[in-house]
Formats: sequence, structure tokens, C-alpha cells
Amino acid sequence: MNVEKFSYDNKIVKYFAVATVLWGMVGMLVGIIIAIQLIDPAYNAASYLSFGRLRPLHTNAVIFAFVGNGMFMGVYYSLQRLMKARMFSDTLSWLHFWGWQLIIVLAALTLPFGISSGKEYAELEWPIDIMIALVWVIFTVNMFGTIFKRRERHLYVAVWFYIATVITVAVLHIVNSLAIPVSLFKSYSVFAGVQDALVQWWYGHNAVAFFLTTPFLGLMYYFIPKAANRPVYSYRLSIIHFWALIFIYIWAGPHHLLYNALPDWAQSLGVVFSVMLIAPSWGGMINGLLTLRGAWDKVRESPVLKFMVVAITAYGMATFEGPMLSLKNVNAIAHFTDWIVAHVHVGGLGWNGMLTFGILYWLVPKMYNTNLYSKKLAGFHFWAATLGIIFYAVPMYWAGFTQSLMWKEFTAEGVLRYPNFLETVIQIMPMYKLRVLGGILYFIGAGVMIYNLVKTAKAGSFVSQEGAEAPALTKLVKEPKGHWHRWIERRPAQLMFWSLIAILIGGLVELVPMMTVKSNVPVISSVKPYTPLELHGRDIYLREGCYTCHSQMIRPFRSETERYGEYSKAGEFVYDHPFQWGSKRNGPDLARVGGKYPNSWHYNHMIDVETMSPGSLMPSYPFLAEDNLDLSTTADKIRVMKKLGVPYSEGYESKAVDDLKAQAKAIADDLESTGIKVDQGKEIIALIAYLQKLGVDIRSDQEKKLTQNVNR
Amino acid sequence: MFKNYLQSIDGIEIYPIISLVVFFLFFIIMTIYVIGLKKRDMSLLSNIPFTGEDEFKTSIQKQNK
Repeated sequence: MNVEKFSYDNKIVKYFAVATVLWGMVGMLVGIIIAIQLIDPAYNAASYLSFGRLRPLHTNAVIFAFVGNGMFMGVYYSLQRLMKARMFSDTLSWLHFWGWQLIIVLAALTLPFGISSGKEYAELEWPIDIMIALVWVIFTVNMFGTIFKRRERHLYVAVWFYIATVITVAVLHIVNSLAIPVSLFKSYSVFAGVQDALVQWWYGHNAVAFFLTTPFLGLMYYFIPKAANRPVYSYRLSIIHFWALIFIYIWAGPHHLLYNALPDWAQSLGVVFSVMLIAPSWGGMINGLLTLRGAWDKVRESPVLKFMVVAITAYGMATFEGPMLSLKNVNAIAHFTDWIVAHVHVGGLGWNGMLTFGILYWLVPKMYNTNLYSKKLAGFHFWAATLGIIFYAVPMYWAGFTQSLMWKEFTAEGVLRYPNFLETVIQIMPMYKLRVLGGILYFIGAGVMIYNLVKTAKAGSFVSQEGAEAPALTKLVKEPKGHWHRWIERRPAQLMFWSLIAILIGGLVELVPMMTVKSNVPVISSVKPYTPLELHGRDIYLREGCYTCHSQMIRPFRSETERYGEYSKAGEFVYDHPFQWGSKRNGPDLARVGGKYPNSWHYNHMIDVETMSPGSLMPSYPFLAEDNLDLSTTADKIRVMKKLGVPYSEGYESKAVDDLKAQAKAIADDLESTGIKVDQGKEIIALIAYLQKLGVDIRSDQEKKLTQNVNR
Repeated sequence: MFKNYLQSIDGIEIYPIISLVVFFLFFIIMTIYVIGLKKRDMSLLSNIPFTGEDEFKTSIQKQNK
């Protein structure tokens, strides 16, 4: 037998490990900052450090920088060993590494400056989106190149998950990021309203599935058997686990939009598949946990296994909770509240965080050919992180439940018991404080880990190129008799193809009818496109990340129609590129805020929130009254909107600025009549115009007259 | 935009239903099939992460020398 000598590239793994830890600390730190901002809005120190801009930074940093680099670290280590081959190309490996870090740096440089597409978890603007696609292609080529030159005939289960990840993330990212640029830093989503919402949550849900779950399941299937030194509990189960999971996950997106202005069939589809999802998810969890059967004594000894056990347990809890939250009656309580925040953090801190830590504690000593510096410190980290998760999640569950019940409570006379939204926020403030404590605990634990790992690295010597040898694969003259799945396990291209089919079916069923069947979005003739001034105002709303705290979606419940007005209809959002329904109410819904307050109220509220609503969590936006509205992009904005099918009249882009100025003057005059002097060219005028437009189009004529009297 | 192209396909509504049925059948058949797999094969495949361990260790030792 011809034995070949080669080496594994540990250096790239080390670099990804360092990036994981560093960006993880940054992401967690930003998380702590925004948690503190929710206790005291005074911590919104400057425009670029306000909650609405930092929250996207937190989510993007944790998902794409921390978990992303963690995924690459684990894949680059395990793929080489499982394929018995060095990575396909060192050049591609390094392009991948530095390309990804560049994207993260660009994200950190653009998000605080309000350069945002306004779509949750996909806020990065189009030039960065293109870079992400390119780097992802590099990763894909490098991965498949390695697979094709492998010395192990069979693809182990971990590799199937890597393949599904690579292909699905590409599809999701490209479809959801489709947009037409207005300028280098601004673009509008090609989808609008309901369709945009559906695409966005198809993406958002499956970013959870294929960025936070499948790659980590692959890592679980490699690193848990390695750390416990025993094979996976059931290979049969892993076959079902894989195909069922990737097929079913993709359908479940609409469960993020229950009771929203989405056709019933789409909501039901989301519910059914979400409930089914519990089976493969728990199949995977059971497979992971039972791998440790008969090795529980090791769990007591080994910090690596401790972290991994908590990770799998958290995965089990989150994937049980997910389907429960998808039941419409449960969702009616949980949606828009901190319950969801608790849920995602059980997944993020528990599943992704703990598994990453476990892998780091296993990998670093191994690559440095030494033992872990201190098991005691690792034990401390373990308890700090576990308690951190508990101190984070429990108060958030409590807060979510409390607030939701307060929103829904009526007095015996049939009016809302807490008509003032702020009351429900102040009630849960102690929970918000406890949450910060949980975050800090988790952060301290991670800091201790860094110290421990650095000490470990110093004690050992880094094996940069790890020597290995394996016989080359010989061409099979005759297919050995064997079962069908072994056939596909030997064929990466076919595996990729069938994975792609599996994920496309759910996606197409969900998206295609929505795009094609006109009856899904009934037309409301009174709904008019935004005026140029309102459009500018809307872009300021996006820039400031208002959607991170305010929904624009009134669900058809009495408690909501009573509080906010008529429930939202699909036809109201046809000109919303992108949609702004939001997913969390730290403040009240804004879908019908138009005409509710006079212009002067909005002005005072923006300049100094305390004057209008004392005790509010919202930061003030005094700079909006100082900064000038940029009119150079007005024509381009209208032009792009027309391209997207918004019915502005022929040649309207040339008249847009005049219309804008006229509307701005009317608002400025109105403000002046109430004693507020502000230049009509300031940004705040545009924002007020937008807020006053929200929800007024479908009001009856009589109602409109009433609000106009208040308004003008 | 591109929704117009999809709209022009005749009877496109039936595609999702067909695909759903196909996949349900696929999974039921697969479950039955997986149950019938040979134990020896399964243990061989699940041990892939551990194969090559010996060469692996000796090479580390070589490098350290």
C-alpha cells in the first residue's frame, strides 16, 4: 500500500481561534453596553453609540464574528483530519481568514455610523454583502478542494453538516441581500412589505439553522466523540438527523410572523414544520448526549466535556422551546417581548458559546502539545458561564411574561389597565438589571478562559504543521456491495446537490406562492407611496435602528387594537422597501402613530425624551435638529423606488426636491406656530413627516379630517 | 420584477404539494431503511474520526524529537 506523507495546517486553526476569542469579547462587551443602555438611557453617549446602532453591531458581532470564526476554527481543524488531507490551498485559507476579518472590521466601522440596510441580522450594506459572498465562495472552494483530494473514502457525518452549511448560507445570503443601490452606502431591498418580511424571516430563521446550528452540529459530531474518546452513539440516527433537519428547518421561517399581516396558509405552514422540527433536533441532542453514555465519570473530570454537556443541554432546551413558541397561542404572548430575547440567548450563550469554549479547551492544549494550564480556572469559567446564562435567561423570561400580561390586561370596565406603555417597561426594570449581571458573569468567565489559554500556549510549543500519513485513495474497480447511504457518503458533489434540493423545496414552497399569487396581498387603493420627505424620514428611521425597539405591526388582538388602533393589513406595506415590522417592543408599536400627536410633540420628544415621557428608555436625538437633510440623493432614491415598482409619476425624480421642500416648509411653519423655531432643512423635519404618515392612509376620511385638524 | 416570470408557468401551485408528498415518502422510506442497516458497517463509519490516530501520534512524537 502506498502511504503518503503530508501535514495538517494548524496555523490557520490557531488564527481562527484567536479571532473567535477576540471578537467574542467585543460582541459580548457591546451586549453588556446595550443592556446597560436599557437601564439608563444616559449611556447612549453619542449618536454613533446609541442603542439602535449598537444593537445591530452586537448581533452581527456575535453571530458572524464570534460564532462565525468559531465555526471556521472547528471546520479547518476537523475537516483536515476527517479527510486525511491538508486544506486544499493555503492561499485560499488565508484569503478566507483575512477576508472575513476585513468584513468584520468594515461592519464595526459602518454599523455605528448608521450605514444599515434596516433588515435584522442582515444590516450590512451592499458592498459588504458582496464581499461576504466572495469570501464565502473562497471558503466553499477550499472546502470542496480538500474533500476532493481526500484520503478517506467516506464522508463522516460532520462533513455532511459542513456541506449543507456552505451551500445553504450562500443561497440565503444572496436572496435576502438582493437590493438596488442608491449610493455606495445605501440600497433598497428589492422586496417590499409582506414579501420582504417573508424573505427576511426565511433568511433570519435559517441563519439560525445553517449558521448557528448545522455547522455546530457538525462540530459536535466530531469534537464530542474525540473529547470523550468514544464513537458517536448512533450513526443511524445521525443519518436521519441530518436529512430531516436540513429539510424541515427551511420551512419554519413564517413562525416569526404569526398573527402578523401574513396569509394564513403561510403561518400554518410555519407552525406545522416548526413542531415537526422538534424530532430531528432532539434526535441530534440525544445522539450527542448519549455519546457520553458510560463516560459520565469523565464529565466530572474534564472541563471540555462539562462545557459540551451544557451546550447540548442548552441546544435541547432551545429546540424544545422553539416549536412551543411557534404555537400560535404561545406566540401571542411571547412575540415582541423579552421571552424571545431569553430564548435566543439560551441558544447563543448556551449552545454556541459553551460548545465553542469546550472546543477551545480541547484544541489549544492539543495544538500546543501540552496540558491545560489550569483545570481550576476552567472550572471557574464553567460556573461563571453557566450562572451567567441563568442570570441572563431567567429574568428575561420573567420580564417577557410580566410585560406581555400587562399589555393584555383589561379592567372590569373593559379598558386597558396599563394604557401607558411606559408603565409596563418600568415594571420590568429590576429584571433588566439582573440581566446585566448575567452578561457580566459570562464575560468575566470568557476573560478567565483567555488567560488560561494564553498560559497553556506559553507552556507548550505550537505544532504549526502537524505531520501525518495515510494511504492514498485507490480507484475502486467495482462498487462494493453496501447500503445506499454509503454510496452518497462517498460522493461529495452528489451530497451537496441533494442537500441543495432538500433546502430549496421548503424555501420555494414558502416564497414562490407569496411572490406569484396576487390574492396574498390584497390591494388597498388608499395606500399611497411615500412623499420624498417621508422617504428621507424613513431612511433616518432605518439609520437610527428604530426598528430594534419599535414594531410597526398591530396584531389582531383586542389588547393591541385598543392600544394602537386598527390591526395591520398586508396591503398597507406594499411600498415598504424594506419592511419595518420589527421583532421586539422596547417601546410602543408605531404602525398608527401618524396623527396621534402634534408635530411639536414629536419635536420635543426627539430633542429631549424626558420632557414628553419621563422615565422612558429611549435615547434623545438632539442632533437631528442640527444635521441638514442630504438632498443630493433625493432624485436617486425616487429613481430606485420607481425601478422597484413604486408608482411615482413619470419624471417625478426631477420634481421631488420641490415637493420635499414644500412639505418641509409646512411642518416647519406648524412647529413655528407652537413656538418652536427650526430650520426646514433639518433631518428632524423629515423624520416627523415620516412618523406622521404611519398608518394614516387607511383611516376613514372623517378620521383623517380630525387628525389633520390636530396636525396642521 | 421576476415574479412575473414565475407567474407565467402553468399550474405552478401544484409543485409545492408534489414536492411535499415526495419528501414525506422519502423520509418514511429512509427511516425504515436506516433501521435495517448492518451493525458492522455502522461501527466502521462512526469510527472514522479515530482512524489514523496511531500515525498521528507517532508523527507528533517524531516532531518533538
